[in-house]
Amino acid sequence: MATMSYIQAITDALRTQLKNDDKTLVFGEDVGKNGGVFRATDGLQAEFGEDRVFDTPLAESGIIGLSTGLALQGFRPIPEIQFFGFVFEAMDQIAGQLSRTRYRTNGTVNVPVTIRSPFGGGTHTPEMHADSLEAMVASVPGLRVVTPSNPYDAKGLLISAIKNNDPVVFLENLKLYRSMKADVPEGEYEVPLDKANVVREGTDLTIIAYSAEVNESLKVAEKLEKEGKSVEVVDLRSLAPIDFETIVKSAEKTHRVLVVQEAQRLAGVASKVVSEISERAILSLDAPIGRVSAPDTIYPFGLAEDDWLPNAEDIEAKAREILEFN
Amino acid sequence: MSEVKFVDFVAKKNDLQDQAKPLQVVNGKGEIVNQEVFDKYSDEDLVKFMKLMVWERTLHQRSNALTRQGRLGFYAPTEGQEASEMGSQLAFKPSDFMLPAYRDIPQLIQHGLPIWKAFLWSRGHVLGNDYTDENVQALSPQIIIGAQYIETAGVALGIKKNKTEDTVAFTYTGDGGTSQGDFYEGINFAGAFQVPAVFFIQNNGYAISVPRRVQTAAVTLAQKGMAAGIPYVQVDGMDFLAVYETAKAAREYAAAGNGPVLIETLTFRFGPHTNAGDDPKRYRTPEEEQPWFDNDPLIRYRKLLTDKGLWSEDIENAYVDEVKEEIKDAVKKADEAPKQKISEFLENVFEVPTPEIAEQIKAFKAKEAK
Ligand SMILES: Cc1ncc(C[n+]2csc(CCOP(=O)(O)OP(=O)(O)O)c2C)c(N)n1
Ligand SMILES: [Mg+2]
Repeated sequence: MATMSYIQAITDALRTQLKNDDKTLVFGEDVGKNGGVFRATDGLQAEFGEDRVFDTPLAESGIIGLSTGLALQGFRPIPEIQFFGFVFEAMDQIAGQLSRTRYRTNGTVNVPVTIRSPFGGGTHTPEMHADSLEAMVASVPGLRVVTPSNPYDAKGLLISAIKNNDPVVFLENLKLYRSMKADVPEGEYEVPLDKANVVREGTDLTIIAYSAEVNESLKVAEKLEKEGKSVEVVDLRSLAPIDFETIVKSAEKTHRVLVVQEAQRLAGVASKVVSEISERAILSLDAPIGRVSAPDTIYPFGLAEDDWLPNAEDIEAKAREILEFN
Repeated sequence: MSEVKFVDFVAKKNDLQDQAKPLQVVNGKGEIVNQEVFDKYSDEDLVKFMKLMVWERTLHQRSNALTRQGRLGFYAPTEGQEASEMGSQLAFKPSDFMLPAYRDIPQLIQHGLPIWKAFLWSRGHVLGNDYTDENVQALSPQIIIGAQYIETAGVALGIKKNKTEDTVAFTYTGDGGTSQGDFYEGINFAGAFQVPAVFFIQNNGYAISVPRRVQTAAVTLAQKGMAAGIPYVQVDGMDFLAVYETAKAAREYAAAGNGPVLIETLTFRFGPHTNAGDDPKRYRTPEEEQPWFDNDPLIRYRKLLTDKGLWSEDIENAYVDEVKEEIKDAVKKADEAPKQKISEFLENVFEVPTPEIAEQIKAFKAKEAK
């Protein structure tokens, strides 16, 4: 065990898999000598050499196309998109090419590519650096999408993503990079790619969230506990596929559900969760399912970020509304 | 059988070495290397050019300090690129349409954007992108590397279809930007439609930490114009007169209906990529940096103008004080900008709010009234 920040856990996962599998390759813009603009790949080029860890020309479509090509040659590429807002540049290579390769080849060709990328708001970045675009990739057939909310999951999920033979989009929360520390096991371990995690047990209300909003939700659960309300918090971890078993089980236990996402209301992860529960467990519910999300604008100008991002206060208000419904 | 080669790719690869030398008027020592071009300019012109570079250097120094004090937000340092930026922008008219990237704020200000609005853009305030009062002919600074290049082809095609006289579109990207698909699409579309556009590549040696050589095997970035069928040239980007003279010729050529031009300026970013934690020591050596610092465009012209009796430390200091005052006023004005409201952002999403958005506007207005 070692205490690691969220980003150190990511670096450690990369180091572990570079060591354990010589077919893994880490590349992207500034990931080599510079060790990434956030230092997620710090020291990896020095340790594993320029053959395994390298800088590419500045082109996201190129980076993903290169990954598919390398996978066809038996490699296990781990490309980085420097900020997830730049993923639009690569959407054909991701959604039009990479995600379709196995299907297109009658299930004969796997392309085990793990796309790492930071996303999420709250750090006052310029335009296109903080957008929550996970629903866009989560609605592409053939792609897995996972996002950890803590250092332990960060390392374990990334290792699982790299070892998995499907293409995986691995989303790292920018705000959590350095704001969170926890004990993380040394060496290789896995966190299953398609399992939600009940991070806090409760009986009166289920809050389902992912990434940084899990921590906001936990704050609310702790606060409400002091008033005798027992809140269960479920961390989705995987956005595609959604682990409907875990969320339905929790909904059937607490009979009240709130779904939280940082993304805009129109972006579909929370909607997908709500529809799964509606279809599978609506008769067990005592109140309408609630949603907390950002408003339907484009990501806000930096100075107004805090007024826009859903926070613990918004979650608490909605949680009370659902708890009080009868 | 003798070794007859129908095609010799080894020889062809060697042929790729572009022999072109960057255009120059005044060299790194402040010596005139092209007297004919130099003589086109009066003493007043030279002082004006010098002042533009000092203006940009001062804006940089103040912006740097303001970012550190938390009074500005996002800032991409421009120190070292004064000749490349001021020399190019000066060739254009306010009616020309500019498509800048994040490091082109000084040109955008010279093109008509008030400094206080540039500061609001940096802080993350929507008013920084509202160009209506000043009628600035520009798109707000591009964050997505390369996107502005293809949009420039579109603006220029619009200018052509509208038959707008004596007007061009011009844009900037960096060395890294030339690797994006949008870069190639932009110059290719511009060539295919023969539009009035001038494309600048400010090759400052690095894309964040990635050196120019990692971007491409091409010997120059300018030569990428060849495949698009458009004229291209590489210029000493530390030489104001060389950049200005080239940009003027390009504008004239494009405005006359001859089609687009691609210009690469060779320059250097003296400081970090942005003020958000980049440390050049991680990827550049002092040995590599020093010759570029010595090649400072201000040193070159300061020497030349001082020798001619046109410039002195006193003149420079007095002018710097003037610019600092201008910047101080801009900060004050930026501070007075109203607090942004989410309800107003919601109103800006569509021309007529959809029912869902109308509902959200109502909710946020209630929140904001508290
Ligand atoms: C599409 C896209 N990819 C990556 C980035 C992140 N990024 C910002 S600036 C930069 C380097 C750009 O280098 P260059 O084009 O040489 O311009 P310079 O910053 O040197 O002026 C990168 C990779 C971005 N803003 N947009
Ligand atoms: Mg550059």
